[in-house]
Parts: sequence; C-alpha cells; structure tokens
Amino acid sequence: MGFLGGYGQVLADSSVLGAFWVNITLTFWSAIIALVLGTAAAAMRISPFTSFRAVSTLFVNIFRDIPLTVVMVMMSLVVSMALGVQFSNDLNLDAYVLAVIGLGLYHSAFVAEALRSGVNTVPLGQAEAARAIGLTFSQSASLVVLPQAFRGAIAPLGNTLIALIKNTTVATAVGVAAQTSGLMKGMIEIHANYVFAIFMTFALGYVIIVIPVGLATTALSRRLAVKR
Amino acid sequence: MSAQAAAPHSVLFDAPGPKMRQTIGLVNLGGVIVILAVLVWAGWRLHAAGQLSAYRWNVVIEGDTWVYYLLPGLLHTLEAAAIAVVGAVIFGLVFGMGRLSQSAPIRLLSGAIVEFFRAVPVLLMMIFLWYFLPGIYSSLGWVHPPDPSFVAVVIALILYNGSVCADLIRTGVHNLPSGQGEAAAAIGLTPRQALSNVLVPQALLAMLPALIAQLVVALKDSALGQIIAYSELLNEAVLRGGIIRVLPSLVVAAAIFIIINYSLGKLGEYVGSRMRSRTSPLDPETAEDLPMNVTAKAAAIIIEPVDQDGYSQTGWRDEPWQDWRGDPLRSHLRIGPEKPHED
Repeated sequence: MGFLGGYGQVLADSSVLGAFWVNITLTFWSAIIALVLGTAAAAMRISPFTSFRAVSTLFVNIFRDIPLTVVMVMMSLVVSMALGVQFSNDLNLDAYVLAVIGLGLYHSAFVAEALRSGVNTVPLGQAEAARAIGLTFSQSASLVVLPQAFRGAIAPLGNTLIALIKNTTVATAVGVAAQTSGLMKGMIEIHANYVFAIFMTFALGYVIIVIPVGLATTALSRRLAVKR
Repeated sequence: MSAQAAAPHSVLFDAPGPKMRQTIGLVNLGGVIVILAVLVWAGWRLHAAGQLSAYRWNVVIEGDTWVYYLLPGLLHTLEAAAIAVVGAVIFGLVFGMGRLSQSAPIRLLSGAIVEFFRAVPVLLMMIFLWYFLPGIYSSLGWVHPPDPSFVAVVIALILYNGSVCADLIRTGVHNLPSGQGEAAAAIGLTPRQALSNVLVPQALLAMLPALIAQLVVALKDSALGQIIAYSELLNEAVLRGGIIRVLPSLVVAAAIFIIINYSLGKLGEYVGSRMRSRTSPLDPETAEDLPMNVTAKAAAIIIEPVDQDGYSQTGWRDEPWQDWRGDPLRSHLRIGPEKPHED
C-alpha cells in the first residue's frame, strides 16, 4: 500500500467532516450569542446615558484586549471547575456549552465595535437633514441613520465572522475534543508519519470554508455600500 | 462645531435639553444601582463558593508568584510576540512585494501563500509545527535544539501576521497616488526599482499604526501557546494557580494582558492621529484637496480600515481584477512604453 492508499485509510478511519461540522455548529451558536450581546453593547455605547456607555465601554475593552485562550481556559478552570457551574450532566455537552459561551462573549466585543463603526460611517449631515425635514428621533434613527449604519457594518461583521470560524479551534482549551484542532492532534499522535498530510487536510478545509465567506461578505458589503 | 465634539454620538442624538438631562440623571441613577446590585450579587456568590478567601488571593501579592511564574511567563510572551512581529514584517515585505511583482507566476504564488496562511487557524499551524519540528531537528542532527513549542508559536505567528502585513503593504502601495509610480518611471526607474525605492517605503511608514495593531494580535495569539505547552504568561498563571488558587491567578494574568494590549491600542491610535495630522490639521475626510504629503494621505486611507484581527474593514481583500485600476505601479505601464524594458 502506497503513501496515498495508507493516508486514504487514515482519512476513512477518522471523521474529518464530522469535526468540521462541530466547528460550524460552534460558529453558529456563538455567532448568535455574539450578535445579541454585541448589539446590546453597541446600543448602550451609542445611547445618551453615561452609565450605559461606561458599562459597555468597559465590557468591550476587556473582551477586545483579553486573549481568547485566556477566556476559554477561564471558562474551563474557573467557571466550570472552581465555581462548579454545570450546564449538563453530559461532560461533552457541558464543554460544548462552555465553549459557545466563551466564544460568544469574546466575539460580542468585536460585533459591538463593528456596529459602532457602522454608525460612525454615517455623516452628521444625514441626521441634520433628517431633523431639518421634521423627522422625530425615532423616525430619524429608524429611517435614516440605522439603515445606513447597518450597511456600513457589514464588512467588519464579515471579518468578525471569519475570525470566529477560525477561532472555534480554540474550543480545544475547554475540552471540546470532537472539533478540528482536537481531531487533528489526535490523528497526528496516532499516525505520526502522516503529520504533514493531516495538517494539509485540515488547513485546506479551512481555506475552502473561509475564502468563500470572505468573498461573499466583501461582495455583499460592496453591493450594499452607501455611495457617498 | 464645539458642541459636536462634546456630544460624541450626535449622529443619533441632539444635545440634551433640560427635560432630557433630567431623564439621563434618573436613568444613570438606576444604572448605577443595577451595577452595584450585580457586583454585590457576584461578590456574594464568590464568597459563598469560598473564592474570596485570603489564602486564595494572597497568590497575587506573594513574591514567588511574580519571580518564578508571572514575570518569566510575561517575558516569554513578549519575546514570542516581538520576534513574531519582526518576522512578520519581513515575511510581509517579501510576499507583499511578490504580490505586486511584474511576473505573473510570482504574483500568483505569493497570492496563494498569503491567502492560505490568512485562512488557516493559527492554532492548527501551532499544533502541526509542534509535532513536526522534533522530526526536523533530529534529521538536522541538532544536539541542543530550541524549544519546539517556542519555535512553533513564533513560526505560526509569523506566517499568519506576515500574511496580514503582506496585504497591508499591497493595500498601502495601491493607496498611494498614481503620480508616485509615474514619477518613478519618468526618472527612469524600472518597475522593481520603483516598488522597492519609492512605493514600498512610503507604504511601510503609513503602515505603522496598523503594525502596532498587529502587535496586539500577536500578543493575544501568543497565548495559544498554552495549548502546546509553551511557558508563556497564561501557562505560568495556570501552573501557579493549581486547583485552589486558579481564579485569582488567572484574573491577574488576564489583567496584565488587558493592560498591555489596551495601552498598545491607545499608542496605535495616537500614532495614527499624529500621522494623519502631520501635514494637515484637518480631518482626512476633507483632506482630499489639501497639499498633504503622500505618506500622510496613504496613512489616512490605511489606518482606519484595519480591525484587530487584521482584516480590512472596507473589504475582505481587494479583488485581483481591480488591481490595475488606480494602481501606481501598473498605471505607469499604460502610459509608458509598450514593453517595459528591464535593465
């Protein structure tokens, strides 16, 4: 059996596609948490209430400047072990939920920044013009400012999504073994002679996922960009 | 104009009147009460779990913690990030110029390498290198090889951040006014000379704020080294914390990371605003018609668009088929001789 045949057997014995599927579901659930928390943080950040702004600024600065690995190790060693927070009796599901919460918290800071930068792309003249034609605050916000803000936020939101897809590999720090980085490590340990082929398999998997997402979000942001 | 500066979110809100000021005061009071309630609740929960005991938190002020764990760990973190950023700039120069090369094969190869390393998660590269390097060491016959986890962290960081730098250099050169490439051609420089002597140096200077942002990314990603047993700050904090004192120990490590990264972020913002205002006191939006110097103009274009993970905010990347448009390097070819002559 040649190299290719031998490696084919290794691939057949391991569920590489299953591992990528775990990363995709991790991305999905943590993206939902990140969107909800990030939108709330962005809304607080642009509100006129000083206390809301202070809390949101603190939250965003903490989660933007802390390494993701620190967040994930804390979810595992502090939240789960030291504080005894348990989401499920099934250890694998428990680790999965912890990973989703950690990823969601970390990326919510970037979602908040993306949305805020979207608001910042709207020129002041737009709000002034809305006021000048007699629109109330809620009309001006919902009809003039926010639609433009969301369009301006698509490119940075797409970048956050790409970062999230790649960062789901850090779930290994919480103990989610069934995803790509865990499976790759396991495969390399068993089939050390195929270390390069195993890495290239997973790397190309990410290239196949990430590049279309990047092209799609770029195309979308260009299409929806407000012409100024 | 000064009223706008005082109210940072004036796009959505008018300057508050007396009634709104009263509402803001009431909401702030409520907000402070909620914050205090959450803090008291969290403190009480931590106390109930025994996490606030003096023995646990003494780990923060014990000399051994700092001398044998946190400071050596921090040193390893900074070492990996610093080497990685220097390597990333070199990698970025090589492949950024490769992507701007006149030769299509070099352009395609550099493009493929850059896109590949931008798409692959850094952790996968680290794990691969960690298992791959010992084999290389033994085949090279090294007696005292460097720590494979350190080398794996540094190389993985160089490959990812270097690819981001390559794109920064490319974007920076594209954003230079086309007159730069045309002037270089007019005085008889070859395209390669124009790139290395005229265009890239200006793009490099304009990249400075983005490079500082990239240093933050490298510092944060160096913590991935914990997973492959590199003795960086997070790893040392976990070791020092053990099972009992893991909460205070990790809180201190997180605080160190946050303080360093926040300061670097502020430094990047400062450098960016300095570069934008170097020749013009006006903001970049209106600076279009001012006699700004070229680097400041390019800086005004590049600084904003890069987020923390190094992706361009205005688009994931430039489309290859748009390369020639407004491109100082290729635009001079169109107005120059039919066949660019290589000396």
